[in-house]
Amino acid sequence: MSSLLLKEAGIRQDFPVLHQNIHGKPLIYLDSGATAQKPQAVIDAMTRYYERDNASVHRGVYTLSERATVAYETARQTVQRFIHAPESREIIFTRGTTEAINLVATSLGSQWIRSGDEIILSEMEHHSNIVPWQMLCERTGALLKVIPVNDEGSLDLKRYGELLNERVRLVGLIHVSNVLGTINPIQEMIAMAHQYRIPVLIDGAQAVAHHRVDVQALDCDFYAFSGHKLYGPTGIGVLYGKSHWLDAMPPYQGGGAMIQRVSFAKTDYQSLPYKFEAGTPAIAEAIGLAAAIDYVHSIGWDSVVAHEVALTCYARDILRSIPGLRLIGEAPQKTGVISFVMAQAHPHDIGTVLDHEGVAIRAGHHCAMPLMERFGVPATARVSLGLYNDARDIEGLVAALYKVVELFG
Amino acid sequence: MSDLHELYQQVIIDHGRAPRNFGHLAEATSTQEGYNPLCGDRLIVYMQRTGEYVQAIRFEGSGCAISMASASLMTEVLQGKTVGEIEKLFQEVHTLLTTGTMTISDRTLGKLMVLAGVAQYPMRVKCATLCWHTAMTALHHQKDCVSTE
Repeated sequence: MSSLLLKEAGIRQDFPVLHQNIHGKPLIYLDSGATAQKPQAVIDAMTRYYERDNASVHRGVYTLSERATVAYETARQTVQRFIHAPESREIIFTRGTTEAINLVATSLGSQWIRSGDEIILSEMEHHSNIVPWQMLCERTGALLKVIPVNDEGSLDLKRYGELLNERVRLVGLIHVSNVLGTINPIQEMIAMAHQYRIPVLIDGAQAVAHHRVDVQALDCDFYAFSGHKLYGPTGIGVLYGKSHWLDAMPPYQGGGAMIQRVSFAKTDYQSLPYKFEAGTPAIAEAIGLAAAIDYVHSIGWDSVVAHEVALTCYARDILRSIPGLRLIGEAPQKTGVISFVMAQAHPHDIGTVLDHEGVAIRAGHHCAMPLMERFGVPATARVSLGLYNDARDIEGLVAALYKVVELFG
Repeated sequence: MSDLHELYQQVIIDHGRAPRNFGHLAEATSTQEGYNPLCGDRLIVYMQRTGEYVQAIRFEGSGCAISMASASLMTEVLQGKTVGEIEKLFQEVHTLLTTGTMTISDRTLGKLMVLAGVAQYPMRVKCATLCWHTAMTALHHQKDCVSTE
């Protein structure tokens, strides 16, 4: 791992929050799957905006508004290039992945889904890609169908094939599992759905920070992700949608910015993307997200992926050697998300002991209760890696886990 | 690890690992389920009440060491107490768990004093209070009125 250590020394310097002690121990942050830390470049971009350019976008004729508008729309183009979308008007800024999915479930759902229609989801979905569809089913009388997860943590593609039929009106899939780390074969699964002309929405929240995403190569109809898991700020996310879908869909929220003309008799809506961006948007956050994308690009995808693969392998191998520890999720294609349980202690107790050693991990159901039930555990402990983590962090984690063994063993 | 041992005292680890009064109570006059949606901890408190007295109390469920130990200790302490005594004790335990202090003598709280360390961990207070809230609901909802079963 020594070759990796040299490179990360520089990256770690870019993240001010990492340079502090917790309970007297250096912070080891291993919860990037929940939210990633922010590099100085993102913090500076947002501060600079508030210090120099702050104004409402698409409103004023004065210089500041012009600057803010250019920065906001440049951010949209940065996102467009980031996921290789054909057009920037297909990039809708939202509050996050959750709002992006709710937008589609509400807007597309109101016209496209009827009683008796079927919606296919997978058993490993995050609650954010379950509940909006369940709410839609309650409104419309549509039915949810679920693709099962096998013991190693992969989706049962055979069963998926059997679930597809003419009644299915939407498939919603998580790109990368936030619990198991499994990278789902979504390109193949999207092609399967398209044989029945079924649109597919991808929840990319856990994917975009870990490998290159090309929505045209995937051919997905919708792709949703959040800024804050991508080293950007909270409160900003993205919905990409193919323009023919977005053009046909009714607005999600009404208000300022999304209109062309308003009278009490009738309102004409704006064209894309503004039709779906009612109200003053999260301007600083969009600028911060663009800075985060630029930051990841400055490191380069090849380095990001090579680093994560090497560190994940190292972590999984060493975790297996800890007495009583069992990894959950053994799919062949995985990112740096590692869930585990220990015979000695409940995940919450593990989390508290680790916190005392300065190690931050997630413990709980990870907003994926159906998946917890599938694996017969009430909760798991979860380590999720970011590009600032290195072998020393894993060694610190392991030392802390031996404290759990010592205390509860 | 020194302050960690204040949270995870040997009594807590012992009760967490081998909870007392664990399991179903056939004679229960009140059964209440408690659930913490934030962490997924779930437990059921069975209470057998005769007049003002809690004759027997048992629980089952799964959760962290803090929640299991707290429930285990609670069942030991509440056995044979009156409704009034339990209500008073609940207030004391609540104060102990949220502030680490008490208004009555530690003799009244007895072995529950081992939970005092929880107050230092705001994120874990709910682990320890879940069983108490569940028991209080069981206490006030006898089978004839409201029940989960």
